[in-house]
Amino acid sequence: MELNILTLAYIIGSVTFILGLKMLSNPATARRGNLIAAGGMSIAIFATIFLYQTEDGKGLHNYAWIFSGIIIGSIIGTLAAKKVKMTAMPEMVSMFNGMGGACAALISAVEFDHVYREFRLDANIFSDAVSFGHYFTISAGAIIGSVSFAGSMIAWGKLNGRIKDFTFKGQHIVNLLFFGFILVVAGLTYWSNSSITNIWFLITMLSALIYGIMFVLPIGGADMPVVISLLNSFTGVAAACGGFLYNNKVMLTGGILVGAAGTLLTILMCKAMNRSLLNVLIGSFGASNAAAAGTKKQAGNYKEISVTDAAMLMSYAKKVFIVPGYGLAVAQAQHTCHELEKLLEEKGVEIKYAIHPVAGRMPGHMNVLLAEADVSYDKLMEMENANDEFKSTDVVLILGANDVVNPAAKNDPSSPIYGMPILEVEQAKTVIVNKRSMKPGYAGIENDLFYQPKTSMLFGDSKAALQKLIAEIKAI
Amino acid sequence: MENILNIITENQQMIYIVILMVFLGIEVIGRVPSVLHTPLMSGANAIHGVVIIGAIIVMGKASTDNYLALVLGFLAVVLGTLNVVGGFVVTDRMLEMFKKKK
Repeated sequence: MELNILTLAYIIGSVTFILGLKMLSNPATARRGNLIAAGGMSIAIFATIFLYQTEDGKGLHNYAWIFSGIIIGSIIGTLAAKKVKMTAMPEMVSMFNGMGGACAALISAVEFDHVYREFRLDANIFSDAVSFGHYFTISAGAIIGSVSFAGSMIAWGKLNGRIKDFTFKGQHIVNLLFFGFILVVAGLTYWSNSSITNIWFLITMLSALIYGIMFVLPIGGADMPVVISLLNSFTGVAAACGGFLYNNKVMLTGGILVGAAGTLLTILMCKAMNRSLLNVLIGSFGASNAAAAGTKKQAGNYKEISVTDAAMLMSYAKKVFIVPGYGLAVAQAQHTCHELEKLLEEKGVEIKYAIHPVAGRMPGHMNVLLAEADVSYDKLMEMENANDEFKSTDVVLILGANDVVNPAAKNDPSSPIYGMPILEVEQAKTVIVNKRSMKPGYAGIENDLFYQPKTSMLFGDSKAALQKLIAEIKAI
Repeated sequence: MENILNIITENQQMIYIVILMVFLGIEVIGRVPSVLHTPLMSGANAIHGVVIIGAIIVMGKASTDNYLALVLGFLAVVLGTLNVVGGFVVTDRMLEMFKKKK
């Protein structure tokens, strides 16, 4: 009876995950979808705690440990999720993803310990005692979980600027060899003498952690969203390994579902940048050829614009486009930006936002940010539509965006971002670029747009610059 | 060879689930607008927190004198809960903002 209820709970759980993901992909139902998935998850978790039975028909024990773990995790998780700033969202997702990966790796470690203790006395060689399928899932869960954990932590560090890019020549070959090394060690674990099997397993996990670090370290910060999405699907697969281990269908469904959806999302993101996944993983951004391409034609002059002139230009324009980028997020200028939008609208200026799919540090980052400031949905235009409208636009105001408006992506085949679809802002009559300095953006590429005659620079922190603009426009 | 075939036959149910879920996962999010990419990633991130069930099973099965398993299992439960709770709350926070101005 109890087991039947558990099965039912797992089925409900699985269905809510699928429904939740489905509803998450539609703006109208997204929030409900998230809650439904959360509800299904709670049902599955509590059913497991109270109804799960081991093969010999016994229930679970150690309730004190389980509940204190859940309570501690819930408190920290809720606080972290509530406190985090909108701009730090990508880091937070990466962090939580790392926790999931670590969880999967730890499960495998404990399961290994369990199997190891049971069979160490019975057999000389580990492979005699444990079936290959069982060991394979343990090992895969441990390796993938560890890689996902270490990788997510590095991605987290990179996004908040604690960790810098680190590359050396032949890094990818070293990484590849190291990955081979992990597989060899994992094999040795299986076929080793049972007295040292645990040491081999420890080496496997440690090397997987190191591999996770080495895997993410050379990838440029601009590509971090793709990496996080990829690691997200890794963790899904690691969770599915747990499902295999315990013949647990809900873990399997949830894990594989996320694994598949995450992989597709990763590919969609790469497509938005017109690059292949392999290129993102291997072609470390901003490396030698980028620097060479950038330095050659840096000689151009740029002109600065005063706040007063910018204010004048914008308030007498018919149509203004705002192109938000990471600079807006860093300066927390979304509310000020919305204020400017309202002010200009009162003056009869048609104002819209042009959103590049990979602006910011995550796809959709800008949408989330502007949504926080109550910017209306229909003011946000996706790239293709915006590109059609730039021709009839008087002023484009770029707020801390760089690579997504870099014309090199269109006309410089030697540029590392060549082929990436961009917002073609140079079609507008005037372009005002707000940046803190002339330094190249996150990907480390020079931007020709800044040196074009119709472009003028408005230096300063986005928020401060916008506040001054608002004051000036009010004064007009 | 026969070994592998045996594994497949023994786990055929699970393998069917894997195959179907791969297609379903791709199909379900295939039409997502880029506006929702971040919340979707975050939501998917919360869903793979289902791994916590494994942590609970590990913890609940560990014998009370096996401290290694207890400590590692406890850590797994804490981290798994972080993933689930944090993931869902963060996603909800993001989506709450989307809804306000509709």
